[in-house]
Amino acid sequence: MSAASPGFGTTTAHRRVPPAPRGERVRNVVFEILLALCLVLACLLLGTLLVDVISDGAGSLSWDFLTRPPSALPTLAGLEPAIFGTLWLVITCVAFIVPVGVGTAIYLEEYADRTRWWNRLIEVNIQNLAAVPSIVYGIFGLAFLYRGGLDLGPVILTGGLTLGLLVLPVVIVTAREAIRAVPPSIREGAMALGATRWQTIWRQVLPGSISGVATGTILALSRAIGETAPLLLIGAVVFITENPSGPDSRYTAIPFQIFAWLRFPQEEFKNKAAAAIIVLMVVLIAMNSIAIWLRNRYQRKW
Amino acid sequence: MAAGTASATPGGRPPLGAARRRWGEDVIRALLFLAAMLSILTTIGIVVALAVETFGEFFADPIVQGKGADGATSIGGYLNGIADFVFGTDWSPNIRPLSFGVLPLVAGTLLTTVIALIVAVPLGLGAAIYLSEYADPRVRKVLKPILELLAGVPTIVFGYFALTFVTPVILQAIFGQEDVGSFNALSGGLVMGFMVLPTVASVSEDALSAVPGALREGAYGLGASKLKVSTRIVVPAALSGIVAAFVLGISRAIGETMIVLLASGAQPNLTFNPLEAVETMTAFIGQQATGDIPVDSVRYKTIFAVGALLFLMTFVMNAISIRFVRRYREVYE
Repeated sequence: MSAASPGFGTTTAHRRVPPAPRGERVRNVVFEILLALCLVLACLLLGTLLVDVISDGAGSLSWDFLTRPPSALPTLAGLEPAIFGTLWLVITCVAFIVPVGVGTAIYLEEYADRTRWWNRLIEVNIQNLAAVPSIVYGIFGLAFLYRGGLDLGPVILTGGLTLGLLVLPVVIVTAREAIRAVPPSIREGAMALGATRWQTIWRQVLPGSISGVATGTILALSRAIGETAPLLLIGAVVFITENPSGPDSRYTAIPFQIFAWLRFPQEEFKNKAAAAIIVLMVVLIAMNSIAIWLRNRYQRKW
Repeated sequence: MAAGTASATPGGRPPLGAARRRWGEDVIRALLFLAAMLSILTTIGIVVALAVETFGEFFADPIVQGKGADGATSIGGYLNGIADFVFGTDWSPNIRPLSFGVLPLVAGTLLTTVIALIVAVPLGLGAAIYLSEYADPRVRKVLKPILELLAGVPTIVFGYFALTFVTPVILQAIFGQEDVGSFNALSGGLVMGFMVLPTVASVSEDALSAVPGALREGAYGLGASKLKVSTRIVVPAALSGIVAAFVLGISRAIGETMIVLLASGAQPNLTFNPLEAVETMTAFIGQQATGDIPVDSVRYKTIFAVGALLFLMTFVMNAISIRFVRRYREVYE
């Protein structure tokens, strides 16, 4: 800043701040461009990825592809059992994460006394669980749900519960935010009219936070749908020609089928995998759009 | 307490009587507490499963202790098994001669993680500074969902991209087809970097936005340029949150399975050459687990031993990250 050039008089009444030296201005512009470049690069990668997948897979995408079972022949191989497998996984997953996740969120927001160490432990524990690698959940599922412990076997229920545990932190965190957004005056009003604590929660707080809870659940499910690693451990089957019929059937799922196809030596199966990726991405984008729509449509302004 | 405050109300009204005890309310409260405890049980379950299988089964196995399938186990052999696992440089759990030195897997994980961080840290931090300090609200509104979309891409899709695009189209074009195998650490690591990028960006951006505006205005008032304010004021003030973001990124990269399994291969390889195929800890677990494995087999037990090491590494990283996040929250909130 030593460029206090003589041109800017110190005698005038209004002192002007000297403009930043040229080098400084150039550095500023370069820095901003570099920062923007970071985001451009991320967008570029995403774009390349989508174009690559679509150009590889679009040719294999057809109604037959969606309604045929897998086959050793790439021309016949289809995705139907995997689609139904994923659907069943989602159903079991929802039945598990909604009561448990929302229950935990209600407990932490409405009942828990934060000065107690065990309540703080629950919170820190959830934070940590959110960052445990998904394959470790697979190991947990293998040890307690598939084998020993519950001994459910390699079925839909095992898969749904394992994926449910994996995405539970997402549900809890978003449900807590939604519950916290309901202003205390609503609770106080209900209590003042003689409602019990649970009546207040069930009739006022939950209806007021339902859109946030639903959004969180959908986001959690969209994460569960894309997970592959835990399924490797808890016994999804590579080659299955029948659609699952209930929580006790063996299954395959879309991401698992993609993985299996990528393992085949034939090049044609890579295109099948790309086509399955397109299906998966369409489902995910649809779910995310629903979540965003729900949030915008039903979010209450208190 | 309710009775105490009620009797103190002025106006001579009778104090409110204690409400009838409602057992239903207590039951509901207990059920909700149980739901919350399930997360603790999950953690305990993970730790118990890993610890029991690793220390009770894996190291107690005569094969792991180097005494053959029918050999007698001993305490010396037990300790020997642990030493071989931690310091051994040969990982061959399925092919004779069996050997259980985990270092090649750790090296594979470190190599892919470092490559991922070289991508994710500068790009993630740059994106975060841009979003928090430079971008005007309209640009933000477009760019943030793109980062969220990137964060929502399933890892299997990234794996596909690394295997069928990054390796053959980019890397083999740059380094030559004979030097780059179809499986290599570089491709998995690079793509993993982009997978981790949104995590680093969003946690860093939270920390940067938590820096009070007064600090920025003070600096501007002293004549600092935007570059100086961003790099000398805001970034240092948010440093603990940024460190938390990096550490969380490391944890994500260590724990990622599908990308490295698909793109970086399944050959244990003690190397730091990014163009070679490696096997990470996660890829080993994923590879080993496919198919029906008998419970008493050494093969089954190795999953847990490597899983225990993986969990330990990510757990330490997560604990550090949670601690750093708490520090900046305490300062500015």
